[in-house]
Parts: sequence; C-alpha cells; structure tokens
Amino acid sequence: MTDLLAKFDGLIAEHAGLLTAGVRDPFGIVMEKVLSPTEAIIKGQHTILLGTYNYMGMTFDPDVIAAGETALRDFGAGTTGSRVLNGTYQTHKECEEALKDFYAMDHAMVFSTGYQANLGMVSTLAGKNEFVILDADSHASIYDGCAMGNADIVRFRHNSAEDLEKRLRRLPPEAGKLVVLEGVYSMLGDIAPLKDLCAIAKAHDATVLVDEAHGMGFFGEHGRGVYEAAGVADQVDFVVGTFSKSVGTVGGFCVSNHPKFEILRLVCRPYTFTASLPPAVVACAATSIRKLMHSHNKRQHLWENTRLLHGGLKARGFRLATETPESAIVSVLMPDQETTVRMWSALIEMGVYVNMSRPPATPAGVFLLRCSICAEHRADQIETVLARFADAAAATGLFRAAA
Amino acid sequence: MTNRDAIYARILELIEPINAKGVPLAEGTTFAGDMELDSLTVMDLVANIEDEWDIVMPLNMLPDLETIGQVADAVAKLAK
Ligand SMILES: Cc1ncc(COP(=O)(O)O)c(C=O)c1O
Repeated sequence: MTDLLAKFDGLIAEHAGLLTAGVRDPFGIVMEKVLSPTEAIIKGQHTILLGTYNYMGMTFDPDVIAAGETALRDFGAGTTGSRVLNGTYQTHKECEEALKDFYAMDHAMVFSTGYQANLGMVSTLAGKNEFVILDADSHASIYDGCAMGNADIVRFRHNSAEDLEKRLRRLPPEAGKLVVLEGVYSMLGDIAPLKDLCAIAKAHDATVLVDEAHGMGFFGEHGRGVYEAAGVADQVDFVVGTFSKSVGTVGGFCVSNHPKFEILRLVCRPYTFTASLPPAVVACAATSIRKLMHSHNKRQHLWENTRLLHGGLKARGFRLATETPESAIVSVLMPDQETTVRMWSALIEMGVYVNMSRPPATPAGVFLLRCSICAEHRADQIETVLARFADAAAATGLFRAAA
Repeated sequence: MTNRDAIYARILELIEPINAKGVPLAEGTTFAGDMELDSLTVMDLVANIEDEWDIVMPLNMLPDLETIGQVADAVAKLAK
C-alpha cells in the first residue's frame, strides 16, 4: 500500500527540525485556562495574550454570556441540521436582524464560519466564463473559494490600484466580474486603498465583495469596517465577515443590498450542506454585534493600545511591517525561520503569546511575529510586552543577526 | 526566430532571477518538481508573464502548465 501521507515527509522533517533546539512547538499551544480576553494559563504559566483576534474583548462580556446561556437552555446544544431544513431557529433570524441593523443593509446570511462564507460567496457569485479578480495576498478562504468555483481567476498585485486597472482592462468588457478585496490584510496588518480600488472596479462594471474580517468593530463611524471609513459603502456590493474576531465567538456572514440576495441560501453549497451554528453561538453573536454598535470607548482604547505597541516596538529597534499602525495587527519582521522560532519561544517562556507566521501563509517569503491587540489590554500589559520583546531580542541576539 | 522561439527565450529570461537552485532550464523543466518553486513564486511569475505580453493567464490554467515548454505554448496561443 502506498503511504498517502508520504508526500508530507518534507514538512514532517522541517517541523521536527524546528523543535530540536528545545523550543516549544509554535503550532501546539494549549490554553489550560482562559482568565480574560487578554490572559490565559499556558503550561501552568500566566500568559499575556497578544495573538488572538479578540479585538473588542467580547468573549467574556456578561451580556453576551447571559444571552448564550439563555439560548443554550431554551434551544439546546445544537440544531442538528442545515440552515435550509431544520437548522434555522429564532436565534439565527435574530442574529441576521442584528447584522442587518449593524450594517444598515437589506439582507444578511449567517454561515457556520467566515471561511465558509468566503468559500460560498466567491464560488457561487462568479460562474463559468466569468472572472474573479483577487488581491495576491488574499486569505486562504478566498483562494479556496476560487478553486471551488468555475470562474477564471485573475490575481492582481497586492493593494495596487494600477495593477488591478491593468488586469481589468485585459478582460472582455461584457463578461461578469467579481473583484474581491479585504479591508485589513491580516499578515502584515496593512489596510487596502479601497477608495481607489473600488473606483477602478466600478469603472469596469465589476461587482465588489469586501472581506472585513479584521476591520469589523473599530473602523468607520459605525464600526462596519475599512470600507465605511473609506467612504465607499455605495460601491461595495457584498460584505463578508466573521464572528471569530471582534464579535468574539464563531461564525461567518455576508450582508448585501442586492435585491436577489435571498436566492443564495439555496445555491450556495457551503451554506446549504452543513449544519447551522448552535443557538447559543448565534445568540452570543447577536448580542455582541448590537453592543459593538455603541462601543466607541472600546474602539478608542483599541487604537490607543495599538499606537502604544507600534510606537514602543519601533522605539526599541524592531522592524515593523507597516510604517504607522494601520490596523489592530502589528507585525514584527523577522530575518529568518530560526530566529523567528527562537524569538517566539523566548516570548512564550516569558509569558507573552504572539502568533508566529511564515511562508506560505505570509506574502513574499517573510517571517513574522504577529501581535494583535485587544481593547481590553491595559497600558501596563502593553508595557510588559514591550519590555519582554526587548529581553527576548537580547536573549536571541536578534539585532546582532539583523545587523 | 519564430514567435514561439522568441517567447520561449524571453520566458527563460523572466525565470532566471527566481531560479535559486540554478537548475538547467529546458523545455521539459518543471516549476514545482525540478525548480522547487512554491505556488506564490509561480503566481508572481505568471503576473510578470501576463504583463510582458499583455495577456490574461487565469490561475485555474496553472495545473495544466507544469513545464516551461507548456507555458511557452500557452503564451504563444494567448498572445495572438
Ligand atoms: C481575511 C479573513 N477572512 C476570513 C477568515 C475566516 O474566518 P473564520 O475564522 O470565521 O473561518 C479569516 C480568519 O481566519 C480572515 O483572516
């Protein structure tokens, strides 16, 4: 029998090589206890969490928890069915109402994850002999949506309006086109120039979908995302998002004003052919979304924390992926895989958890320590993190290696 | 030199900077196997090829384009 896993031998060897130097497995972290949105116990050690997407700190919000408990008691642990059969409860409808109110849009569709929302929307909207035009740095769920559908896939250089223009110009003018953008790109934490990109897409009669996974809650007047902050709401046809970041639970969605939107429930396979979210989850999400509409203080605090971390890391000599803090993700550029792992490991030993990212998840072969900030981080936690980054750099000889 | 030859020669020039392993390049050289290029590098190469000839090479074509020769054939067809 051929070992079907043999094709991963190279990766197995590389991963094993990572761990020989006595470092901890960056992909094997277990949170033994979660104390708050910003603190957990990992291997018995009190750890500051700086690598979650809990931007607005909603996971332990008392109203969110109470809504989840009530729904769990009243509706049970799960729906055991698809949204289009027995899996739509009152809680799911209320969650979609909350989304419609939050985005001021006519339609909302809740998927089981954000991954599935992109998979479903991208693969369903653009069909045979139509085109998906996507940013080179798009999230895996967008690429996978392209792979699942039947459209021709055209990729433009990251955040380049000029490159998008050039590629749209080469396509047949009459063909259907879907331009897929993200508000915030999660690897480098940079934001998209949506004003320019949307203008070009519309000049070529394209439909525009924006993934606001990392922008919901704290960009724009109502926290709708980068597209709201950029003032292009009237040029965005579909917004995709997730409950797994600012909303603080799990789930995905798409909102739109398209008059024929509701038919998507019947033709979008990742919506139809999977069980719906548990009622407690959508109840938590609905409550969280409604609270996010009015979270102006939290938003402000999140931006303060972000500026503090970005400025502090820069002042300590770290190279960052963006010159200024553009989003709630601050990515520290690392020279190579070995230094990245050693830095990451030094930080976790000192009680700071950040994300380690490496190719192919990252663009252009870069290695990153990604920090994501929470509105609930206290200034003293950020100061502790900064001190530990400096200590870890000294312990691993980071600046010597870079020099 | 025919059009196909000129295209092939220019593709070799575009590939040279990413040929980190210094693999000898021929019609049958494969991107993933021989040159060990990852998918991101291949997609960046495709962008350069598209710009060189002002064509569209959809990503969904890539699974069928394993060798340099196959890419040259595809470009020759698209660039008409
Ligand atoms: C840009 C982007 N889109 C979609 C997703 C998928 O979201 P989810 O975690 O809900 O599957 C993520 C997060 O992983 C993301 O970063």
